[in-house]
Amino acid sequence: MTEPLVKLEGLTKAYPGVVANSDVSFDIQAGEVHALLGENGAGKSTLVKTIYGLVKPDSGTMTLDGQPFTPAEPRAARAAGIAMVFQHFSLFEALNVAENVALGMENPPPMNTLAQRIKEVSETYGLPLDPTRIVGDLSAGERQRVEIIRCLLQDPKVLIMDEPTSVLTPQEVDILFETLRKLKSEGTAILYISHKLEEIRALCDHATVLRLGEVVGTCVPKETSAREMAELMVGGTLHVPERETGETGETLMKISGLSAASPAEFGTSLKDITLEIRAGDVIGIGGVAGNGQDELLGALSGEIRVGAGQVAFMGRDIGQLAPDARRSLGICAAPEERMGHAAAPDMSLTENAALTGRKRKALTSNGFIDWGKTRNFAEEIIERFDVRTPGAGNAARSLSGGNLQKFVIGREILQDPQILIVNQPTWGVDASAAAAIRQALLDLAAKGAGVIVISQDLDELMEISDQFAALNEGRLSKPRPAQGLTVEEIGLMLGGAHDMEVAHVD
Amino acid sequence: MIILEKRPQPSQFWSYGAPIVAVFVTMIFGAALFAALGQPPIEALSKIFWEPLFGEFSFFYLPQLLIKGAPLVAIALGLSLGFKAGIWNIGAEGQYIIGALCGAAVGLAFYPMEARWLVLPAMLIAGALGGFAWAMIPGILRVKFNTNEILVSLMLVYVAEQLLAAMALGAMKNPEGMGFPGSRNLSQYGSASSWIDQGNGMHWGVVIALIAVIFAYILFARHILGFQIKLAGQAPRAAAFSGVSPARLVLFCLGVSGALAGIAGLTEVSGPAGVVSIDFNVGYGFTAIIVAFLGRLHPVGILMAGALMALTYIGGDVAQSSLGLPKAAIQVFQGTLLFSLLGIDVLTNYRVRIKRGAVA
Repeated sequence: MTEPLVKLEGLTKAYPGVVANSDVSFDIQAGEVHALLGENGAGKSTLVKTIYGLVKPDSGTMTLDGQPFTPAEPRAARAAGIAMVFQHFSLFEALNVAENVALGMENPPPMNTLAQRIKEVSETYGLPLDPTRIVGDLSAGERQRVEIIRCLLQDPKVLIMDEPTSVLTPQEVDILFETLRKLKSEGTAILYISHKLEEIRALCDHATVLRLGEVVGTCVPKETSAREMAELMVGGTLHVPERETGETGETLMKISGLSAASPAEFGTSLKDITLEIRAGDVIGIGGVAGNGQDELLGALSGEIRVGAGQVAFMGRDIGQLAPDARRSLGICAAPEERMGHAAAPDMSLTENAALTGRKRKALTSNGFIDWGKTRNFAEEIIERFDVRTPGAGNAARSLSGGNLQKFVIGREILQDPQILIVNQPTWGVDASAAAAIRQALLDLAAKGAGVIVISQDLDELMEISDQFAALNEGRLSKPRPAQGLTVEEIGLMLGGAHDMEVAHVD
Repeated sequence: MIILEKRPQPSQFWSYGAPIVAVFVTMIFGAALFAALGQPPIEALSKIFWEPLFGEFSFFYLPQLLIKGAPLVAIALGLSLGFKAGIWNIGAEGQYIIGALCGAAVGLAFYPMEARWLVLPAMLIAGALGGFAWAMIPGILRVKFNTNEILVSLMLVYVAEQLLAAMALGAMKNPEGMGFPGSRNLSQYGSASSWIDQGNGMHWGVVIALIAVIFAYILFARHILGFQIKLAGQAPRAAAFSGVSPARLVLFCLGVSGALAGIAGLTEVSGPAGVVSIDFNVGYGFTAIIVAFLGRLHPVGILMAGALMALTYIGGDVAQSSLGLPKAAIQVFQGTLLFSLLGIDVLTNYRVRIKRGAVA
């Protein structure tokens, strides 16, 4: 075996109260795609941030190409040949592709030279992208291409990718994998983080599994089953939510011809959405981020008011009702963005419980808030949904993302809604908590509520939905029974009819 | 290297401690400033902080404290509602003037009728409505056309000043005033005077300011509206999700602050000032912005900050007259107070870490 390109030895990093990485060692060869596996909080991000120079390890050493490697900051890491594509894009929507790429460079060349180079790289690696387009108009997949091309222009030796496929359609994933295989054949090492085990089996040569900051195993993904890898990650057997297929009842909510402009500048308008939600029904809505998910949730929760006759609840037109009035009727919602949308970061959990709970939980009388009752409600959420926090008096921003998510979902479920709409209910939540949230959603449906789950996690949707529909550029496909849908069918639904034609030509 | 690190929770200690530390820092800075000007620093400070309260002439200065403090507190309380919600009414000075003009107009119209039970309440209502209406201009423009309320409300101050001059020289000029500018003296017209006890500085503006403190306290501690104001300021999207209507909130906050500024103007013109004159407004509406922040937008804090600010005004006058300190030095001193408060305020949400070791 040749000298490894990257060698990590005994990396340890502790934060107050938690050891993020403990004695982590592994090697990455040139031309290898190396998977990093682990649940949320297993220490994957800390590890890649260490390699990228964002985090300084407490102890341990790294070598790159046989040389000691101690990047003090990302700039040093980039100069040494490390590039990283983050899960969340750092792009300016109002600027075009070339301008965004130039902003990330130390000494950007003149704009037309740069545009030329972007074109060359995008053609070489099969990533179609026009450097003059405004980023705000690009799809999530195209935005990711901007980030990847930005990295490739540095000619990296090591490319780190954090959950790159979570925002892509299956077809876009195929394009990405082609690119990555081409890079690999040129000798670039790729460190690939993902939760999607089948993808890892298809792409990666080696995998290192982290749990609670420690390396708990390595494997060759092609020779290991997804279930074995999953059990390595969680260190036990996985609990799969149980689905009691109850009878669906009367129609609770009827959405007919819903069209609404997005309040956000680069948002997606909703176009002619029709959907019927029955009691006991779980409707899964898939789709790539930015295709109208936020707007759909807003139109149903009442943040966006819509025209007459477009949304009806139990036969009553509710399109013009404010969120609180809808809650009184029994329609609750949990938006995707926890900090600042579902919850106010600087307010305590008690105050955040009052944020949506005051009507259904009768937390106010004559406009005066009963803080004792509100605190009890917050404590009930904390206890029932296993929110890890010292108490209800703590600010929401002191909670980790997953814990706050549990609080937000719990707050809505405990209000016993008739209709619950959730967007990305388990985003950033670890596997066991995610299973608990899914179970709670199913239990709610079993009690006779209608549940709409908007998610980008197709596995999650397949697991809990009765019906599946896809959101694409603000249009919703006709819902189909979730059972028996194949990955190809879902992919085509996600891509919309437009992409289907392209597929035929190919 | 000194770095600022965000605290997971706002510090309880510093949110109460910051104003106190800020006052101390200001005193130290002030002492240095006065020393540089060739004045004995301790004596200058004691002239400002001690003399008006406990000095030989405190019987004269203490009522002044109420007179100067009441409009500051009333206006700052109104402003604090909007500031908490992220609605920036910078034009309280204009609302103060218009409130005074409207109230005075009612009072002058009734002159010389003897009916205090009718005239003064009518003036108070007119004053509140005047300030309210003046604040509704930026409010409605913002709600309807998304204009910037900072600019509109500020510009309207200058419009109000022109109106004031026009009134003092025209329609409201005292017909028995020998041609001098300025209206009849309302404080000497029994039915219109806002004085309760002139010798002790008590007038209706003081009473209303104190009642407003209590109402504001209850609003923020217990009422859903106070909660929504806070929510809208901290997390606008969460507020919309919770069901707060931003337009209604803008109108409410601007309306309340306008009405309070209007009442402050009216009680001033019919009491301590007495007449509608060209130089009636002395900047309470602007100083109240400092008072609101110095009091951390908290009703009780604003009460204390208003008292402190009034003290530096009166003490500043004392220092000017007895030590001959220039007026500018006093203003720098007052400015330092806000400056150091905002600086030290950082510690509420951040902690200072001294990081050793070079960057490798």
